[in-house]
Amino acid sequence: MADPLVIVDDLHVVYRVYGAGGDKGTAATALLRIIGRKTKGSIREVHALRGLSFVTYRGDAVGVIGRNGSGKSTLLQAIAGLLPPEQGNVYTTGGASLLGVNAALLDDLTGERNVVLGCLAMGMTKQEAKDKYQSIVDFSGVGKFINLPMKAYSSGMGSRLRFAIAASKTHEVLLVDEALATGDAEFRVKSHNRITELRSAASTVFLVAHNLAEIEQSCNRVIWMERGQIVEQGTDVIGIVDRYIEASGGEPVLRDPVTRERIVAGRESLTTAQS
Amino acid sequence: MKDRDGRVSAPGQLRSGDELPVGVAAGEPADQHLAELAAQFDLRPSAALPPVPAYLKQLWRRRHFIMAFATARNIAMYTDARLGQLWQVLTPLLNVAVYYLIFGVLLKTSRGIPDYISFLVVGVFVFNFTQRAFITTSRVIIDSLPMIRALQFPRASLPIAYVMIELQQMFVSMAVLVVIILARGEPVTWYWLLMIPVLLLQTIFNVGVGLFVARLGAQFNDFSQLLPFLLRTWMYLSGVLFSISGLMEDGDITPRIAWLLQLNPAALYITLMRNVLLQTQRLSAPGSKPFNAMRCAQWVHYNAKTDPKSFLYYSASCHPVGDPAHYWYYAVGWAVLALVVGFLYFWRAEVKYGRG
Repeated sequence: MADPLVIVDDLHVVYRVYGAGGDKGTAATALLRIIGRKTKGSIREVHALRGLSFVTYRGDAVGVIGRNGSGKSTLLQAIAGLLPPEQGNVYTTGGASLLGVNAALLDDLTGERNVVLGCLAMGMTKQEAKDKYQSIVDFSGVGKFINLPMKAYSSGMGSRLRFAIAASKTHEVLLVDEALATGDAEFRVKSHNRITELRSAASTVFLVAHNLAEIEQSCNRVIWMERGQIVEQGTDVIGIVDRYIEASGGEPVLRDPVTRERIVAGRESLTTAQS
Repeated sequence: MKDRDGRVSAPGQLRSGDELPVGVAAGEPADQHLAELAAQFDLRPSAALPPVPAYLKQLWRRRHFIMAFATARNIAMYTDARLGQLWQVLTPLLNVAVYYLIFGVLLKTSRGIPDYISFLVVGVFVFNFTQRAFITTSRVIIDSLPMIRALQFPRASLPIAYVMIELQQMFVSMAVLVVIILARGEPVTWYWLLMIPVLLLQTIFNVGVGLFVARLGAQFNDFSQLLPFLLRTWMYLSGVLFSISGLMEDGDITPRIAWLLQLNPAALYITLMRNVLLQTQRLSAPGSKPFNAMRCAQWVHYNAKTDPKSFLYYSASCHPVGDPAHYWYYAVGWAVLALVVGFLYFWRAEVKYGRG
């Protein structure tokens, strides 16, 4: 088996929300709070992750599924080191990159400058950024829009360019949070291929998606979360996805044997290629 | 599923520390085992603070990013305005015009200062550099959240880049400034070359405080509300609009307070820049001639309306606020102190930026 790359060990994450307390949020109540030294009164805590443990390995593509609010995005942010664990730990090699659906880089700058700045920020030299530039633009497929500020982009174009920038570097851990959801069919094929490439370069890709077909196609491991805890996880992607659909009140997807075989075969060929 | 429902608490009912559920999906290895596994494959906690040397190395690798980011932001800043880049020049000019109208014409703080316009322009431009650095860096983390969340890079690049934006603006301001003082009849001297070290020291100082303020602004939302008041107070204390030594000779403040005002970094960089660029300032600097009580008194009590010229340079015979040669040491000291403290303070919270 390949080396572990992301180890999540009894992870708890607690959000603290300020100003969400029972008071009305007026100047008078703020003053009373200061006088009364009840600063804690307005802080609310949301226990978003409650004791997650799992290990993923180099070459894994991990699908994270679950209902809205089950803690999927929180998990990715914790892996990226953007949220401090309340208890437990996330171990990685460092350098996890998170792609969120709304993660514009610099909205008021052109796509062109965003590409260059993104590359430089990821630690490339000027020359490397120059070399990668054309392939990123081609991959994103935004075409002539590259000369316009990113705020003029459609959400699909924006996420394509962001994915193209982030995926241009071989990250050890790439976290994709619904960032591919707005792309069109052509882009999904491209991004699927890029994820496969990253996997064969011994990276780990985490994919949060509500599109379960995408998870089935791209991932060899799946984590099903509910209310901040893991319901089920493992490499039986189709089985877990089916049980998730069942728990959500739907019918398990009936796949014809050919598709099923193709999905399984696709994953296995990749696994054997690594070992 | 049902047993989980029973354990879920409503938001707000939990307190850290008490009764954290330790529910782990069945069949997982024990915690000890996972930590050992991580150690075995050299995996580190994702939210760990990088050591200072490694952090500095990463930062150095991002030097092109810092400069490219600054240039790009600088260009984008005025794209929405019809006059575009002209505002880079217009903003400082309008600032000077406003201050001249109020403090030069109406309030006459210009008394006793030869060539008040040059004096004011240098003060306003130099202070504006530090002021802008403060204001923009206090917002840098919040401004750049999407980028911080999407990409891994040393966060200190961002406040440094913001100070570089202001430095680029300062270059434009300095060009305007040179035109103004040349128009005022200022001779070009070798002293002007010293403009470079002054600007360098001030930039280092600004980077230091920029890093400091960036963390403050990221952690305390109240800070950015407070900042304009702090900066305005600072400006009035730093002799941007009036001469600190003039205030002392008038007896408005004691020599000790004058010394303290003069020691503050803004006043130091302003004074150094004035002495470097303006001959009138060098000639009239208190202490540049031996003390002469009568001449000094004449300077203090002269009346601008009856005889504006004859006593202007008598201030040279007054007591100095401090030894101008020492100002350089203090300026270096402030720059180094700000950089070290600011950097360490910012670095300590490196892994916390972008959380929310």
